[in-house]
Amino acid sequence: MTTGAGPIVITGVSLYGDTPADLVLEGGAIVSLSAADAPKGATVIDGAGLIALPGLVDLHTHLREPGREDAETIETGSRAAAAGGYVAVHAMANTTPVADTAGVVEQVWHRGREIGLVDVFPVGAVTVGLAGEHLAELGAMALSAARVRVFSDDGKCVHDPVVMRRALEYVKAFDGVVAQHAQDPRLTEGSQMHEGIVSGELGLQGWPAVAEEAIVARDCLLAEHVGGRVHILHLSTAGSVEIVRWAKARGIHVTAEATPHHLFLTDERARGYDPRFKVNPPLRPEADVEAVRAGLADGTIDVVGTDHAPHPDEDKDCEWATAAFGMIGLETALGIVQKALVETGRMTWRDVARVMSERPAEIGRVEGHGRPLAVGEPANVTLVNPRLAWTVNPPAMRSRSHNSPFSGIELPGSVVATILRGTVTYAHDSLGGL
Amino acid sequence: MKHLLTTRGLPRDEAIRILDTAGEMAKTQEREIRKLPTLRGKTVINLFFEDSTRTRISFEAAAKRLSADVINFSAKGSSVAKGESLKDTAQTLQAMGADGVVIRHWASGAAERLATSGWTRGAVVNAGDGTHEHPTQALLDAYTIRRHLADGEPGVGLDGLTVAIVGDILHSRVARSDAWLLTTLGARVVLVAPPTLVPLGVETWPVEVVHSLDAALETYDLDAIMMLRIQLERMTGGGAAFFPSPAEYTRLYGLDGTRLARLPKRTIVMHPGPMNRGLEISAEAADSPRSVVVEQVANGVSVRMAVLYLLLAGEEAAS
Amino acid sequence: MTGAVMAAPDIARALTRIAHEILERNGGADDLVLLGIPTRGLPLARRLAERIAVVEPAFDAQARSGGIDITMYRDDLRRQPTRPIGTTTVPPAGIDGAIVVLVDDVLHTGRTIRAALDAIGDLGRPRSVQLAVLVDRGHRELPIRADFVGKNLPTSRSERVSVLLDEIDHQEEVRIERSEGEVE
Repeated sequence: MTTGAGPIVITGVSLYGDTPADLVLEGGAIVSLSAADAPKGATVIDGAGLIALPGLVDLHTHLREPGREDAETIETGSRAAAAGGYVAVHAMANTTPVADTAGVVEQVWHRGREIGLVDVFPVGAVTVGLAGEHLAELGAMALSAARVRVFSDDGKCVHDPVVMRRALEYVKAFDGVVAQHAQDPRLTEGSQMHEGIVSGELGLQGWPAVAEEAIVARDCLLAEHVGGRVHILHLSTAGSVEIVRWAKARGIHVTAEATPHHLFLTDERARGYDPRFKVNPPLRPEADVEAVRAGLADGTIDVVGTDHAPHPDEDKDCEWATAAFGMIGLETALGIVQKALVETGRMTWRDVARVMSERPAEIGRVEGHGRPLAVGEPANVTLVNPRLAWTVNPPAMRSRSHNSPFSGIELPGSVVATILRGTVTYAHDSLGGL
Repeated sequence: MKHLLTTRGLPRDEAIRILDTAGEMAKTQEREIRKLPTLRGKTVINLFFEDSTRTRISFEAAAKRLSADVINFSAKGSSVAKGESLKDTAQTLQAMGADGVVIRHWASGAAERLATSGWTRGAVVNAGDGTHEHPTQALLDAYTIRRHLADGEPGVGLDGLTVAIVGDILHSRVARSDAWLLTTLGARVVLVAPPTLVPLGVETWPVEVVHSLDAALETYDLDAIMMLRIQLERMTGGGAAFFPSPAEYTRLYGLDGTRLARLPKRTIVMHPGPMNRGLEISAEAADSPRSVVVEQVANGVSVRMAVLYLLLAGEEAAS
Repeated sequence: MTGAVMAAPDIARALTRIAHEILERNGGADDLVLLGIPTRGLPLARRLAERIAVVEPAFDAQARSGGIDITMYRDDLRRQPTRPIGTTTVPPAGIDGAIVVLVDDVLHTGRTIRAALDAIGDLGRPRSVQLAVLVDRGHRELPIRADFVGKNLPTSRSERVSVLLDEIDHQEEVRIERSEGEVE
């Protein structure tokens, strides 16, 4: 599946979908944009009809290791990421044990390096044990070999305003960012799906949009007050988009993320009670989905993060109320973004590069990623065939878990190769045995 | 009709067919020998993940009077309590040869999950799922209203009648099933509840909503008034309670003798049971001659016989 | 033989004869109850009761005839789509000790009558049960025979016998039809 880091030349490819060029990769870097400069013996990839993007970066991945290796491991998750076009992922902290110490984040980081398919950047917990009470040793994690810059209690909200304030202040010391899972816990006790028409009919306890929006508004104001950086994870409501737009206009250091599923699926999917559609935050009505798409297209929302959340079959093959929250998404993210935003004319491939590579790398402060496709830059490249349609079939995918909400949906384009520092980490069958 | 999971989307003619069949079943229950051989050799499993002796007994009586073999499976104290999943339980029941599964479950959607997941091949009857639906209760309510107010004769619906449903609409599977079914049958349905106990999005339902029982009595010429049970846990929980106190609820939404007297003479008083006497309904109202609460229980058996007959008696596979 | 085999006058004569046979056999109309099997047994039972009342004016045709639905007693339920349940109406006095005459339009395999006998057993305990049919077409599958027959019609299994009555079909006729696909 991978070749050595020998020279590679990609001929006749379209950079960002708008600039024809060749890409010559050698020694982990882009060395030329002309095939004429290719060294002898270079592996040749015919790039006709393909689009080259800077390698994708996910700010929001659950790799489940350590603790829930039955759902995913760093290895299976890395394979899924590479197949999805990712060269770097941020591994969320809600593992067992929680990634709230330098020891745990270094373990995850090392394991990612051993596997070597993607750069695994551990996210550090904001509070000890994700309990929301005491700050974890954020500085120790930042200074560890893992160089943690993103801190999050994702899965849980840092609800206590004082704790949130301290975290936002404290991470300024090492240019960190607090990635908030915006969910007021009191307003969502026992909640099962978006509170609205569908929840009323289905008799599933509602999850009001305001439970998210109240926290988003509070955290924007806290970030303004202390001058820290806050990143809103999986923003899902029209109200949240409005608040972030307002905060950005005020100059507050806020960034935001949308997930592929919140860009594509609505709460109507809960009809039938199939737990594959149970997720946190919940799927929202069409008007919210539309607002999130608009927010992503106009830059209010900075990035697409997968919130890849693997769960074993037994946690989904049950009643809705007992099922786990979450969906896998690494292997389908680019296809969904193409289907929902590129095919509809709302975003260009250059915009895709921005929201799936450049901005995530900037927000996560990861070096060597999200860089331009230019001579002298790292050879991190995702090659896309925008006309190679495929139908999502979870058992055939690389994640250890199958809980995709997109099963059976046809996606218009495919990732055909992923290259990390000059090494092919994923190659589609259509490239013929790279 | 392969399963009975909801009344939402149940066509009017199907609903009337069930009510008509229930009428014939009721007649057989007046005979000396009340047992019919109709479902001989069929197995009905009562799968109860939530305590409800009344509903279970009603289904059990219905199945037995049609000569079906009945197996009662209660989740309490069984492997379910130890973490066996609905799926495993369903597959076990399938292995035992269930032709029909009557399921009561605390989770909304459990019946639909059971029917559509391929875990069992039998017909599934929803005997109450979480706060979603309880279709046989709605059918027996419609049957009872039809008997009293719409000549009760085959083929007719509830056209022109007005029914008030009073109480915790938000958490009531009975209210949901009744709202869909009674309006499908042509009735006008008025929901009466404090705003905290009405679901968001109710404006899309085919019903009218008022927040005062006195206003409802004033405004509507009611043919039936259905009082819903108030669950204890809705009243407690400190700041999370849905209304300030039981006394205030009774004052604003309880059916007492005074309010009973304001109802038209023909109006019947209904309650899905079990009643909290002195809370949502006073003893005077519950025991008045206009109360059909006991009759609802008897009608429940006839309606459930009809449902089991219509689901289970027919051909086993498409021929 | 296909086509009409009994016209309206033939049917009327057959019923009148059966009415007299019933009275003769039972020495009068005391304790007689006529129960039709839906659908076409119902009007036939009513017509027989009316003819009996002509001969025995003390006989109350309205009160002493009714219907017995056998749907829930059939042995072929699971091989058919679910059937709607018909109405059972029994004289107010019940059938204990009565002479019940079951009335149906066509006697064929005998399975319908078997089901009717079971249904009667659940309604009460008559002194005796007799069977009157307008047409007996043969091909019995159970040891059952009719006490009173309007017309014996030799048929092949592939043929269909249709009884049409004014009350239901707005015409009056018995006919035999070949089933589709059968060659002469």
